[in-house]
Amino acid sequence: MKFASNMTFRLKLNQLAKGAFLSATLFGVVVLIILMAQVTIDGIQWIDMQFITSHLSNTASKAGIMGPILGTLLLMVVVIVVTLSIGVGAAIYLELYAKNSRLNGFIQTNIRNLAGVPSIVYGILGLTIFARLMDLGNTVLAGGFTLSLLVLPIVIVASQEALRSVPNDISEASYGLGATTWQTIQRIILPTALPGILTGAILAVSRSIGETAPLVVLGIPALLIPFPNGFNDQFTALPLQIYYWTLDSVLVDEYANLAAATIIILMTILITLNLTAIIIRNKFQKHV
Amino acid sequence: MALTAISNENKVTSIESKQPEQASTLFDVRDLNLWYNQTQALKQINLTIQQNNITAIIGPSGCGKSTFLKTLNRMIDLTPSVTTTGDIYYKHDNMLADSYNPEQLRTRVGMVFQKPNPFPKSIYENVAYGPKIHGIKDKKILNQIVEKSLRDAYLWDEVKDRLKDSALGLSGGQQQRLCIARTLAIEPDVILMDEPTSALDPVSTAKIEELIQQLKEDYSIVIVTHNMQQAGRISDQTAFFLNGEVVEFNDTHTMFHEPSDSRTHDYINGHFG
Repeated sequence: MKFASNMTFRLKLNQLAKGAFLSATLFGVVVLIILMAQVTIDGIQWIDMQFITSHLSNTASKAGIMGPILGTLLLMVVVIVVTLSIGVGAAIYLELYAKNSRLNGFIQTNIRNLAGVPSIVYGILGLTIFARLMDLGNTVLAGGFTLSLLVLPIVIVASQEALRSVPNDISEASYGLGATTWQTIQRIILPTALPGILTGAILAVSRSIGETAPLVVLGIPALLIPFPNGFNDQFTALPLQIYYWTLDSVLVDEYANLAAATIIILMTILITLNLTAIIIRNKFQKHV
Repeated sequence: MALTAISNENKVTSIESKQPEQASTLFDVRDLNLWYNQTQALKQINLTIQQNNITAIIGPSGCGKSTFLKTLNRMIDLTPSVTTTGDIYYKHDNMLADSYNPEQLRTRVGMVFQKPNPFPKSIYENVAYGPKIHGIKDKKILNQIVEKSLRDAYLWDEVKDRLKDSALGLSGGQQQRLCIARTLAIEPDVILMDEPTSALDPVSTAKIEELIQQLKEDYSIVIVTHNMQQAGRISDQTAFFLNGEVVEFNDTHTMFHEPSDSRTHDYINGHFG
């Protein structure tokens, strides 16, 4: 009986705490809903086939975003190829070949630190190395390489975690049959880790194509340039287009609507990517 | 525990004098010491393991018996921080030498693990894995190997209609026999077994023990076991490990009926461990 003192108060406090934490959780959801609603109201009636398939134009009613869409898709291809080959390669080395040396620990720490470097710094690095030193200028390749650098640490860390989650006993079984490390990686470890690696890579790619700052630093134009035909062409990308239209919306009111419409397209691409990642993860989780 | 007080004096009984002449030596272990970092796990191991015999390794948990088994096919190499001294001659070659290729050794010295560990692949692919990594591509030959290995592991009749199904759908006992079949598929000389029945029910255990007896015809087997009765039932020789040392190594019947070391006597009779 003694211990029941103040029970009503304690129960009330518990309810209060629950309410506080619930509103903290809902905060993010509410912000997202408001954002999406606002963007949809501003932009949805501007989206039609003409908007998606046309060139950019100074006249709001004639403007289309085929160029930025193509640019963003080409960037994605470069980022996927570079991060999967270099990122997974580095993860395989660190997890499966490197001995637990001090150097290894030092490299690991630095990769994790790289993930926290601001994206504009990567932009400056890309400008120095890819645009100027390698003389790629403001092409798809220069942009793609820069964005790849930006998300490479994420891909490495995600791939390492995926590789680490492969049960030890099945790789032991492979070694026990006389397989080399590479055979074991190729036939047992990589296939088992692949869903995790792909999920990480897709999330990284979706983060990279939403980036604006590095592209601004690289000097990617939003001029009336022709559609990019390949990786060596000049290009512009969706987030940049949003940025420039928003800047110029003080001059032409409709540019704000165009920016909103472009956001809807970009968000659609990002959500599709994230859904793909979720589907891959769920599909393979059932089998293991 | 009072075990730490036991003297380090080694009373290894040489087996050679008691062996029939025709048995030939498979492993000749000389002065083997092994450390995990600074901790010594194996101390001055000297013993010889004969061909076409079943050798049981018994001893309490942490006595080094699994570690010893893993050195016999150099799976211990996969554990960082392990250092060894001494030699193990496998068919007259020192296989602990740096120049000896562990992958090559493991094709001759196969291993079955404590917990059944089939690959997350089909039953067929599990058995075909070994032959495939060693370069066999011909579908017909692979089919033959898979069928023969599964028959030899007494699993064929239970799985022949579902070879394409995932191995993870099999029962624990079936999975372990699949792992044995997978090892048989590369036709090793020796099969090392690390407590192969400890995760299984009594019926599955009986099946595996029966299988081990059959395999003895064609293979040499070294089996680590926790189960004294199992060692007594199936093995020809038994080595008793304690605190990283071989206390006694003798033929199983002698060991179980007239152990020469009092510690062996105590362990076999369940006084500790």
